[in-house]
Amino acid sequence: MTESTSQHTPFEPRLVAFLCHYCAFAAADMAGSMRLQYPPNVRNIRLPCTGKLDAGHILRAFEEGADGVMIAGCEEGSCHFLKGNLVAKSRVNWVKTLLAKVGLEPERLHMYNLSSAMGPRWAAIVQEHVERVRALGPSPARAPRPAKSEATK
Amino acid sequence: MIVGEQKPFEQIVKLIERYRRVLVAGCGTCVSVCFAGGEKEAGILASMLRLEAQKNGRPLEVLEQTVKRQCDMEFLEEMTTKVGQVDAVLSIACGCGIQFMAERFQDKIILPGLNTKFIGVTLEQGEWAERCAMCGDCILDRTGGVCPVARCAKRLHNGPCGGSSGGKCEVGKDRDCGWALIVQRLQKLGELERYAEIIPPRNWTTSRDGGQRKVVREDLKEQGRIEPR
Repeated sequence: MTESTSQHTPFEPRLVAFLCHYCAFAAADMAGSMRLQYPPNVRNIRLPCTGKLDAGHILRAFEEGADGVMIAGCEEGSCHFLKGNLVAKSRVNWVKTLLAKVGLEPERLHMYNLSSAMGPRWAAIVQEHVERVRALGPSPARAPRPAKSEATK
Repeated sequence: MIVGEQKPFEQIVKLIERYRRVLVAGCGTCVSVCFAGGEKEAGILASMLRLEAQKNGRPLEVLEQTVKRQCDMEFLEEMTTKVGQVDAVLSIACGCGIQFMAERFQDKIILPGLNTKFIGVTLEQGEWAERCAMCGDCILDRTGGVCPVARCAKRLHNGPCGGSSGGKCEVGKDRDCGWALIVQRLQKLGELERYAEIIPPRNWTTSRDGGQRKVVREDLKEQGRIEPR
């Protein structure tokens, strides 16, 4: 997509999702097996647990051009590592304050909890966050993308 | 350890707004342990500065590097290359690290990204408290292991004062009265008679009143100068 055409096409948010190996990643897998349709705007990154998530990972995603970031961990009380998802919840809330400090809408970051059996819910939450970020518009901190070379066009 | 706290983000943005290339310099020792100026914090701060600049359309390149300690010259050497690539360095070490950076890199602007708070302990994850005021002449043997210099707001050596109430200090009800703690501890140790001993006026020249302090170990200096034969 070139810059000139992008001005005339509707805004498609770019999302990065950090998924727990034990629940959300399996749920996303199930959504695929069930042939569920959900927006292709999201890029999934698997974590051993959302407790592994670092504030730097989230900020780096925004730095690299993400319009929104979603974190998906186990349901509260069901963490494979007992409290990783609760640590992630606290960390996500803190990173939201950091986003506000740099002038980004904290809503661009959202944490969800789901089990590995919730394929349809995965499709639904991706849809929900895509819509949320679409309403906010492109990230004001989106770095200008380098022009694509002929080979990758 | 030395406990620090990052300056408010808006203040840091103001500090660096005149520069186009900045190095966020972290320190891997004390301020790393108190989550204020270590490698992780340097990365987060650098990301935040880049995002803020990108959002406001301000050209800014932020490098980051964390060394083991900014209070030792040999570790500062590791930063030479990156320091040479920037207009200014934002150090998130304690005041010692920031000053030593300025001494090592004489022609570079070194900015403080952190406020050095005190020498303290970790009470629990996320909470630190002052314990030592570096008076230079320890009297903890006489006070049941509780320091009246650091833990009494008035630094009384024969306390408590009239502001002690229910074990709390009048300066703030969230603060324990240092002298209440001393008495409780002496009681527990069965050494309450020590409380009756009057501590005479101190010679404060061992503290800040004596000016900048220095510790010299001639034997170590000599060993440091030995060249291989």
